[in-house]
Amino acid sequence: MSQDVPQAELDELEAQFQARIDAEEKIEPKDWMPEAYRKNLVRQISQHAHSEVIGMQPEGNWITRAPTLHRKCILLAKVQDEGGHGLYLYSATETLGTSREELVQALHDGVAKYASIFNYPALTWADIGAIGWLVDGAAIVNQVSLQRTSYGPYSRGMIRICKEESFHQRQGYHIMMTLMQGSEEQRAMAQDALDRFWWPSMMMFGPHDAESAHSARSMKWKIKRQSNDELRQKFVDQSVAQAEEIGLKIPDPELKWNEERGHYDFGEIDWEEFSRVVSGNGPCNRQRLQHHIRVHEEGQWVRDAIAAHEEKKRQRAGKAAA
Amino acid sequence: MSEHMKLYEVFIRSRRGLDHKHVGSLHAEDPQQALEYARDIYTRRSEGVSIWVVNSSDITASQEGDCESFYDPHDDKPYRHATHYQLPEAVNNM
Repeated sequence: MSQDVPQAELDELEAQFQARIDAEEKIEPKDWMPEAYRKNLVRQISQHAHSEVIGMQPEGNWITRAPTLHRKCILLAKVQDEGGHGLYLYSATETLGTSREELVQALHDGVAKYASIFNYPALTWADIGAIGWLVDGAAIVNQVSLQRTSYGPYSRGMIRICKEESFHQRQGYHIMMTLMQGSEEQRAMAQDALDRFWWPSMMMFGPHDAESAHSARSMKWKIKRQSNDELRQKFVDQSVAQAEEIGLKIPDPELKWNEERGHYDFGEIDWEEFSRVVSGNGPCNRQRLQHHIRVHEEGQWVRDAIAAHEEKKRQRAGKAAA
Repeated sequence: MSEHMKLYEVFIRSRRGLDHKHVGSLHAEDPQQALEYARDIYTRRSEGVSIWVVNSSDITASQEGDCESFYDPHDDKPYRHATHYQLPEAVNNM
């Protein structure tokens, strides 16, 4: 479409678009937008959607093994929420003219990414606590910020998701708290889960601002409202007191309150591990993707049945009209 | 004549960034005319920046009378709410 529009007119449209964003107005689906803005949004929102859906796997693994019926009900409700959140986000990308099928195909082809945290296994029940407390905690820090994103459907989706997700972090923390009130083995299990999930949770905010490939333009377009490092700092600051309250120790020897900055200082992320997991070589990358592909293929008969039923209804309607 | 004109439901977005909200309905010959009528009837005081019109017959609605069976058993899942989890005062703003 862009090729048919003269450059001067494009510049004018882009100036109007940027003025709207600078004035804190939302961009809505039928507004003109630069192709790169659309592409950037599809990439980010679909990555977010895939994360919700792939994130169901490590937790789903524990539904049948939850320690009580009550915890099982809670975990089921949480995993069901994640599926719903994936749906809201896929719908938001569909308003940008990209179909669900294309997005799922890109995931299966390995072109589209999802949050690397879900490439780590949930080995113990305490991991379900750590995931809710830290992984959902980190996701909420990010999503609260994204409620102010410039694209209307994404922003509204984030508002809905944040509202629904308020219980996810609390139930995770509640699991950790309960374990910390238990036996020595249970406390050790909780600490072990924190030890394994702390750094991968810190990685959820992405590379340092200086190294982030899409950050500068995303900030100019207000797709992102706060930088990776700002959000990570916020997460650290809120997590320290939460850990201390129940007697857990965050596995970072460099973690220290900095009076001058009014924030905690913390150690460096293992960026080699970060790249390794992002590029497909984390503990569970292949398993996560294979599982998604297998379940998608096994569901083909359902999609076929729906199509056949639609066709039958159409034919009947045609006969009745004739 | 209303019996020859279709019924449309009208939704208005009052401001950028907000959802379209149902405001009422009207009769019109086609969607374009429905939009113009909606503008004249529902936005005389700058109530909106965008209007949607939808054929009323295209809306499939659930009935309030069916609530009990339709939504069952949502009411016995208090653990879906944040308030269900009692946390220490110091971290209760989570």
